[in-house]
Amino acid sequence: MNLIKLTINSFRANRNRTFLTMLGIIIGIGAVIVIMSVGAGAQSLIFDQINSIGSNLIGIMPGYSEEEGPPASVMGIALTNLKNGDAEALKKIKHVDGVSAYVRGIESVTWQNQKVDVTYVGTTSSYPVVESAKIEKGYFFDASSDNGISREVVLGWQVSQDLFGNEDPLGKNIKIKKESFRVIGVIEKRGVRGFENQDQLVFIPLETAQKILLGINHVSLIRVLVNSEENIPMVLQEVNSILRERHGITGSNPNDFTARAAIQALDALKEVTDALKFFLAGIAAISLVVGGVGIMNIMLIAVNERTREIGLRKAVGATSANIQYQFLVEALVLTISGGLLGIIGGSLISGLIALIANYLGYNWDFVVTLSSIIVGVVFAGCVGLIFGWYPARRAADLQPIEALRHE
Amino acid sequence: MTSLISVKNLSKSFENGEVVTPVLNNLTFEIKKGEFVAIMGPSGSGKSTLMHILGFLDRPTTGQYFFDGENTTEFNDEKLAKFRNKKIGFVFQSFNLLARTNVLENVILPLEYNGATDKKASAEKALEAVGLAHRLHHLSNQLSGGEKQRVAIARALVNNPEVIFADEPTGNLDSKSGQQVMEILQELNNHGKTIILVTHEQYTAAIAKRIIKLKDGEVISDETVINRYNIKNGLVK
Repeated sequence: MNLIKLTINSFRANRNRTFLTMLGIIIGIGAVIVIMSVGAGAQSLIFDQINSIGSNLIGIMPGYSEEEGPPASVMGIALTNLKNGDAEALKKIKHVDGVSAYVRGIESVTWQNQKVDVTYVGTTSSYPVVESAKIEKGYFFDASSDNGISREVVLGWQVSQDLFGNEDPLGKNIKIKKESFRVIGVIEKRGVRGFENQDQLVFIPLETAQKILLGINHVSLIRVLVNSEENIPMVLQEVNSILRERHGITGSNPNDFTARAAIQALDALKEVTDALKFFLAGIAAISLVVGGVGIMNIMLIAVNERTREIGLRKAVGATSANIQYQFLVEALVLTISGGLLGIIGGSLISGLIALIANYLGYNWDFVVTLSSIIVGVVFAGCVGLIFGWYPARRAADLQPIEALRHE
Repeated sequence: MTSLISVKNLSKSFENGEVVTPVLNNLTFEIKKGEFVAIMGPSGSGKSTLMHILGFLDRPTTGQYFFDGENTTEFNDEKLAKFRNKKIGFVFQSFNLLARTNVLENVILPLEYNGATDKKASAEKALEAVGLAHRLHHLSNQLSGGEKQRVAIARALVNNPEVIFADEPTGNLDSKSGQQVMEILQELNNHGKTIILVTHEQYTAAIAKRIIKLKDGEVISDETVINRYNIKNGLVK
């Protein structure tokens, strides 16, 4: 029997009710698709940002923290136990391609009548190597600037634009906090990396920043570039033992610093965002159950309204099984079409979100996985079967004569 | 000629919680192929109930109903449905067509339940027999009462059943349409179709060849019609 044709005919006969019934499923499935897709996009964005820092890097910060927890400096506590000598000591570890140390501050930078507020970074000459940064104009300061207080500055791309426009900045003297610095280079345009806009930074030698601008003798971050991923655990161990020795930590006493590989952060982050993704999708799935209950109610009403029709069908020879099949198929077609519409709608919305995110400068991946589509359709079908079963049973149990006498 | 329909000690009562209402009481009669039987009686005599049982839409409480030699009281629901589909055609007083569905699809409906091939052709043939071949694609609610009833007859015919049951077929029709309907039934019977008609109108019954009269659930008379009226002479109201 041409059940599908029968189903489509009965839908056509009742367009409004059919659509309203489907709406619950459309929204539910659409929501699941959007959540999974946006979740995947956000995940890839976050990983992208962290990867852009460089995944073969080990970051060392002052202050102890639990293995999986945030470092103390994130909490706003300033600690002073990491020193320039620590960074020097780490250079000799095997498989290490470079070590750099950092301090930072925020100041106004002026050139003639232009003034820009920037974050300045005091760092070592190894910065371009460790951070894979390329110079567009001029040079980065060399090893001779690592000791002493030379007044050289390298500009981030945006800062150079803001202060000098099309003029050549090289050799010009700018003022940072009323101190004069000579521009020796401009870094290429790098965009947002590690959640920070690199083009709005300026770079000065580490000791200059410490002594002239900040009046400190510690560093807030040390980065170690490992030559390949497989060597990271070994280097991490070395870092820990060297720093413990230098800081005089013995036995089972905890570190007074935190050394982490970027890869660890990636894994932890993936776990957290995965859990979040599935939790949200679970909530959306609950809305599907609500949608299913709605479908059951609507179908019960429909069965009631179509009692005479059911009585007639039985009177001309439909068996209880025929009727039950008919209404189950209707429920299935309803929910699966609703599911497909939800998938299309959800994909469109996800695509729109990806478009907007990319327009805003984020590297957002638009992802709708085949598995989420299949799950969507299967889920919708199950909702149809489960919540359509009872109304179908009710329809099938109707007695022809009583049904025909119905209002 | 063996009987098509054989009813023995058939009784029917309806139970509504504690209340038991007897409707049919110990009926016994036979109907042979090719007969045109009118079942008459006042309201409450049980004639519709009898029709429903004969048309497999309901079951007797006690007694037996043989159709074409088979004991239908032993049938399960599925077998009854099959008989409703293939062995009989039912015409109701209130037409009972599918709403928002066109004429052709209405007539095809019984064919959907027995896996017939070439459904469209069979339906068109049935519609020709009732003179509605030109209205195939009109929706059922666009038809007049008489046309609706003729569609119902075509639907009843489409599986080529052994019997046509008609429960007050002209009850909701004006005299002209009523006449058309009765003409069709008479014509069908002239070609050998067994017709069983329930009516409370004398003039409709006059077209039948045999009249069974019911009162209070019992047969009070069962007579052959002597001067059978020819409907072509017009309906006497």
